[in-house]
Amino acid sequence: MINAAATNKHSNRLRESGFRRFWRRFAQNKIAVVAFVFIIFQIIVAIAAPWIAPYNPYKGDFLATWETPSRLHWLGTDDLGRDVFSRLLYGARISISVGVLSQMAIALVGIPVGALAGLKGGWVDYLIMRVIDVLSSLPTILFYILLMVALGAGFWNLILAMTLTGWIGIARLVRGQVLSLKKTDYVRASRAMGGGTFYIIRKHILRNVLTPIVVSIALGIPGAMFAEAGLSFLGLGIPAPQSSWGQMIGMYQGFIRTAWHLTLFPSIVLALTMLAWFMFADGIRDALDTNNNLKC
Amino acid sequence: MLRYIFLRIAGLFGVLLIVSILTFGLMHTVPGGPFDARALEKQQIVPENIKRQLNEKYGLDKPVWQQYALFVRNAVFLDFGYSMAYPSRTVFEIFKQQWSYSLQLGLLTFIFSIIVGVGLGIASAIKPNSFLDYFGTGVSIFCLVMPSFVFAILLQFVFSAWLGWLPTGGWSNPRHWIMPVLANSLAPVLVLQRYTRSSMRDAIKANYVRTARAKGLSKRRIMLVHVFKNALTPLLTVGGPLAASLIVGSFFVESIFRIPGIGFYFVSAIGSRDYPMIMATTLIWTFIISLAYLITDLLYALADPRVTLVKEE
Repeated sequence: MINAAATNKHSNRLRESGFRRFWRRFAQNKIAVVAFVFIIFQIIVAIAAPWIAPYNPYKGDFLATWETPSRLHWLGTDDLGRDVFSRLLYGARISISVGVLSQMAIALVGIPVGALAGLKGGWVDYLIMRVIDVLSSLPTILFYILLMVALGAGFWNLILAMTLTGWIGIARLVRGQVLSLKKTDYVRASRAMGGGTFYIIRKHILRNVLTPIVVSIALGIPGAMFAEAGLSFLGLGIPAPQSSWGQMIGMYQGFIRTAWHLTLFPSIVLALTMLAWFMFADGIRDALDTNNNLKC
Repeated sequence: MLRYIFLRIAGLFGVLLIVSILTFGLMHTVPGGPFDARALEKQQIVPENIKRQLNEKYGLDKPVWQQYALFVRNAVFLDFGYSMAYPSRTVFEIFKQQWSYSLQLGLLTFIFSIIVGVGLGIASAIKPNSFLDYFGTGVSIFCLVMPSFVFAILLQFVFSAWLGWLPTGGWSNPRHWIMPVLANSLAPVLVLQRYTRSSMRDAIKANYVRTARAKGLSKRRIMLVHVFKNALTPLLTVGGPLAASLIVGSFFVESIFRIPGIGFYFVSAIGSRDYPMIMATTLIWTFIISLAYLITDLLYALADPRVTLVKEE
């Protein structure tokens, strides 16, 4: 009886769809679920920021500058009398959209380039790999900084800089996968039957490399948020009237003794956000059960 | 072997050449010259003839390719010209006077992270699922998710603003060193802990360790002779580049704790569009880090006879 039940359960699991199986395994990881809930909450807050925020984040109140947290201003006000809580809420918009948009752009550039290099081989592959070699010889943070100095601070320039540096990783990943998939029988059969390069990419390659790509993107989002915060901290990311957590920390880092609330709250929010996204990405990786060679 | 070393050194110069072109190109696509940025800041208009004179002084009136050729020729002799933000000092002088601070911070961080990172890594590998193992995992997660500047701010808040135990910035006595070193060691501790842990685990599971145990060798001898020696040699490969990336300074930690090292000057150079300083720093950093990779690879081949750098045909 027990045996029959066990096999029954087993066969049920075999019949599960890919997504259900992923979801079941993801849900077992309690930390990842908590992180996921936190992220959903944060996204909702970011979208609803204009309705939730008690004050206009861009408008200063010159009668209420440098105020410490109070009933009126929950997290205090900055040097121009802007409400820190409202600015934090708007900062969530920047952080999340930089993370997500940059990864989308990176995937859009990196996947086709990597697939092309892997499938075409020859001089195309050689050329792409040399470009990748050269670009990855520069320390990443330095490359970001140079690009942002040249492009100038701004949201879209930030995305552009991240795409220019970030496509390398995913292109290399896809190329490696393609090279090993290319040797499989079904791809060779498809080619023998007259399947074109783009047909093969779409039909066979993309479906097989999806898992490592999803993992790489999931880890890339907090990575991009990290970079945005760092660049904004240096004054190269999001320019002044807009608010970003890294920028708030960078601007008021000298006032830790006199106006601690200006840097402490963005720091805590940023740290919690990074923790949540990394734990979420970790949960996705474990649930997809790819080998751990993708770590950072 | 000699051929390999020669090729690697040639590659190093190739990388430097490309990086110099990239940096030079990027710096010269910036809209607005360096003097515009400063004039804007001080809200003054620079008269045309003075602008021309300034451009002449820094060689910005020549065609771009000539500027680049001049830049490369001077860079070979470590002459990067005068800083634009500190017009009385050459970039070389700034490096000479300020690097020692970055060096001190980097070395202290390196020593601290080796003790903590390698120590935790060994502890979690020897006793899996023990308290120390979980503690080590906790530390590595903390190091992964915490940006160094956020950690620095939190440290400043707790130990300077709240408890008042440590000064917020400066570098004159050991009390100043504690927080910068802690904040700077996040990434190195993460790398060293993870690497040591996995490499120790592999070594413990290796056949020769099983044989040694079967022979009846003492646990201590197995650990010291068989496991440590084999597990810690690969650490060279991460340790070398790590040390290099530490001694070149840190943007975030140096600027938060106001340590007058290269990272601090680089950050202020970004703000003031100080081209010579930015280009010099980029080139010198790339050089040091690439050189560290090269030396590490060679050392590793010497330390571990199983590694061959040249493919045997």
